[in-house]
Order: sequence, then structure tokens, then C-alpha cells
Amino acid sequence: MSLLSGKNMVGGYGKTRILNECTIEVDRGEIAVIVGPNGAGKSTAMKALFGMLELTEGSVTLDGEDIMHLSPQERVTRGMGFVPQTNNVFVSMSVEENLQMGAFTRTDEFQETIDQVYELFPILAEKRRQAAGELSGGQRQQVAVGRALMTKPTVLMLDEPTAGVSPIVMDELFDRIMEVRNTGIAVLMVEQNARQALEIADTGYVLVTGQNKYTDTGAALLADSEVRKTFLGG
Amino acid sequence: MSTDTINALVLFANFILVPGITYGSQLALGALGITLVYAVLRFSNFAHGDTMAFGCMFTILTTWWLQSMGVSLGPLPTALLALPVGIAMTAVLVIVFDKLVYKHYREQKSAPVVFVIASVGVMFVTNGLVRFIIGPNDQQFSDGMRFLVRARDFKKATGLDEGLTIKLTQGLTVVIAIVAMLLLFYFLQRTRTGKAMRAYSDNEDLALLSGIDPKKVVITTWLIVAALTTLAGVLYGLDKSFKPFTYFQLLLPMFAAAIVGGVGKPLGAILGGFIVAFSEILLTYAYKKLIGYIAGERPETLVQLLSTDYKFAVSFMILVVVLLWRPTGILRGKTI
Repeated sequence: MSLLSGKNMVGGYGKTRILNECTIEVDRGEIAVIVGPNGAGKSTAMKALFGMLELTEGSVTLDGEDIMHLSPQERVTRGMGFVPQTNNVFVSMSVEENLQMGAFTRTDEFQETIDQVYELFPILAEKRRQAAGELSGGQRQQVAVGRALMTKPTVLMLDEPTAGVSPIVMDELFDRIMEVRNTGIAVLMVEQNARQALEIADTGYVLVTGQNKYTDTGAALLADSEVRKTFLGG
Repeated sequence: MSTDTINALVLFANFILVPGITYGSQLALGALGITLVYAVLRFSNFAHGDTMAFGCMFTILTTWWLQSMGVSLGPLPTALLALPVGIAMTAVLVIVFDKLVYKHYREQKSAPVVFVIASVGVMFVTNGLVRFIIGPNDQQFSDGMRFLVRARDFKKATGLDEGLTIKLTQGLTVVIAIVAMLLLFYFLQRTRTGKAMRAYSDNEDLALLSGIDPKKVVITTWLIVAALTTLAGVLYGLDKSFKPFTYFQLLLPMFAAAIVGGVGKPLGAILGGFIVAFSEILLTYAYKKLIGYIAGERPETLVQLLSTDYKFAVSFMILVVVLLWRPTGILRGKTI
């Protein structure tokens, strides 16, 4: 039984069905990556897991417990961290305030978690007093991930964390994401940069029209000539 | 420094500096309320001026009651004692209007312009309430000591031709405004609820995702706005006089202040308040005497750029200039 598991999910916006019996699972200390062509329902699948999309069929469980009836906010308090693709930081607030807002639901002392985030992203410690809106794209993404880590989630969900950052910054972000994984957190991410993402993925999901086309370890998917030809450009 | 230069400086302080700082503080407090509503609730609140009148009215009624009971603060105006009542009544008013009117449109996720029009409705209702309860006439409610510095005493002490007058209400306005602003900034920058308000204003979706309760943010904002508007209204009323129509007219300079500074930015509202206040005074002041002291010869005309009847045109001009050249305001707030 995986930590976070969405099985046979069916749903969409209004009458448009986007997910067709799609299954996504991720376990502790594991990186699962959802890749696929545009409009395959990658982000939609992640939103469904996070409760931002009404499902008509299927189930979503966290640690074996049905969480279908929970709102996204309630899922956050249950240990799910979500980093949206855009507008994922408070631009007018300082880096440290962003982290404090991430811990808003916590009633205990969270300075230790802030220190842990600074340890993970040393550049943020340096810029802690600076407004998040003044940071570079890569640094902003680090703030966004850091904010989501403040609730000490068991699952971290990232919607295209490397969108719009340079290849060097992307490599660095992936390194950091692996470090997050190594602390025992389950990491689920949607990625456009399929090849690089699959390289660090323990599990890869290739979605096409809202269905699981291929599911395997990242390395196996990269080695599969058909997957390479169709989705990775050779 | 020659006596003429000192006389010119005193004249300047008496007719421009002191009134400008006082009026600027009052506008700043009002503009802060406008900017907070805009930042958190995302609409331009046209009912702001009349809400100010409402808060001031209840402070006046309570002041009269206190006076009739023989309560007084000695040299300070009794209205200061009545302020909490005015703030509380205004808080009730704005929260009732939020529940009856704005909440509905928030749930409908209406466009900002719908909120603005709704606030015009709220403005008319509030205006009606005020006229119904206290009437449309001028009301005086200032008591206690009148002057901190008297022109006659100043002249006697310094031997100058020009006198300096500082009214107690002017001093009070500045002190209270500074204290209120410091408290507001401490609240917004340092407290958990204040930061939640800023986060909600910055990025509503992410704030919800972080577990910030929007209902709490909305209520907190209205409570602060009620306190700021009542303060602004009472200080203006003490300094000049209370007349419901004047408060409605204050809407324009207050909006100009909020927009000039950068709407949604509290610091911008304060800056804008002083810019508007000083522009109004500088453009409507008759410089005849001042030039006389500086040049040694008085010009034949008044050297008044605009008649005081046109003071509201100054706000309009500032608005036009800012919206044309820097629509986000001096501190780069949000665009309206």
C-alpha cells in the first residue's frame, strides 16, 4: 500500500472528462514523476490527488485512509504539501515571512523547521530578509518548496517546479528535490522536462489522454525505446 | 538671518506647514482605510467618507452625553473619551454591511466594479442614517483647551510681526495619527494575524493553501478600517467641524492620496495624504505677504494660484497626472 494513492481516477472540469481511469501512487522516500504530452491531464491528475478537482469515480487514499471528502486545506493539515506551478510565493513578503506563512496552521514552535529549510536551501538563509518577488526564478521556486515544507508534510507535490528556469538551475532544483526525498518524504511531481525528471524518478507515469500509458521505474522508461521515441524525442 | 526672513518662515509655518501636516495626517488616516480595503477586499470603497461621518457622529453623540453628565478630560477634548464608542459602532456598521452586502458578492466571485457599485449603495444608506440621526447641519463638539501656541503670545515672546498659532486639535491630530500608524505597521509587519492579512492581500490562493482563514482576515480588516476611519473623522471634526456633506467630499482627496501613494500600500497612503494636503494648501494660498517678506516689496495682487473654492480640483489634477504618468502610484501599488 503506497502512502498516497489515487486509483482509477475519473474526472474533469464541467462536462469535459480529462482523467480516464488514471492511477498515480507514491511512497515514502520515493520520487514519482508524471510526464506526458500537453493536455494529457498531468496537472489535473495532481490536482485530483490534492482535492482541487471533483472526481466522479476512483479513490484517493493517504496512508490507507480515504481522503476524498477532505478539502485541499484539510489535506495540508493531514500532511500533504502542494507547490502550485505559478504564483507560488508571496511576492511582497520576505523569504522568512513566506516560510512563516507556510507554517500558519502549526501551533508549535517551528523555528527548527525554518532552520532545516535554510540548511536545504542555503541561498534562502542569505536572502531571508529580501522580498520573494525580488528573487530569481530558481530562488523563488526554492522559496515555494520551502514554504510547502514548513508543515512537515509526508507527501510533497510539485507542479512543474522547473518551468521557466535555466538548465543549470533545473539541475540544482532536482538535486534539492532528491535531498527532500532522502529525508523520507514522498515526492510527486509533474514535469515538462521529461528526460531529466525521469532520471531522478523512482517511478515514472506516462499519461496520455488521462490514461496511464506506461508505468515503470524512471530508468526503465528511459531505456524503453518506444517511450523514448514517442515522448522523449528519440 | 534678517527679521524679514524669520517673519517669512513663521508665516509659512503658520499658514502652510502646520495646517498641511494636520490635514495631511487626517487624509493619511482616511487613505489608509481605503488602501486596506483595496488590498484585502479588492475594491474601492466609496462608502468610506460616509463611514467616517458615521463614526464621528457616534463619537459626537457620546461626547454630548458625557458633557451632560459633567465628565471632562480637562484640557483635552472629551471626544477622546467617546472615541471607543464611535469606533465600536462603526465596527458594527461595517461588519453588518459586509455580512449583508459584500459577503454575497464575494461568494459570487463578482468583478471588482460590482463591489464598487455596491459600495455606492452602502454609501447612500450610511449617508441617510447619519442625516436621519444627527441631521445635515454643522456640529461643534470640541471642548477643553483651544491653543497650544497662541499668535499673540508668540508675537510677544519673539517680538516678531508674524504670529504662530498651533491649535490643540492640530497637535492631537499629529500625535494620534503617528501613534495609530506605528501601531498599524507593527501589527502588519510583526504579528501573525497582520502577516496573514498581508499574505491574503498578496496571493489569495496561496494564502488559502497555507491554511489562512479568509473570514478572519476580512473581519480583522474591517475592524482596523473602522478604527482608522473613525479616528480620521473625529480628528477632522475636532480640527474643523462636523458636517456630513464635508465628509462625503473628503472621499476625493482621500482616494487621490491612496492612488498617488500606490494603492494597496499603507506607506503610500500616508505619503499620498501629505502630498494631496500640501498641494491643496500650496496652490490655494495667497502668497502676497510671503513674497513681501522675501522680496522686500509686496505685490499688488494676492498671488493666489487657485481660489480655495477650487481645492477639490487639486485632487482631481493630481489624480489625472498620476494616472497618466504613473498609474501604479509612487510606491508602485496595484493598478486600479
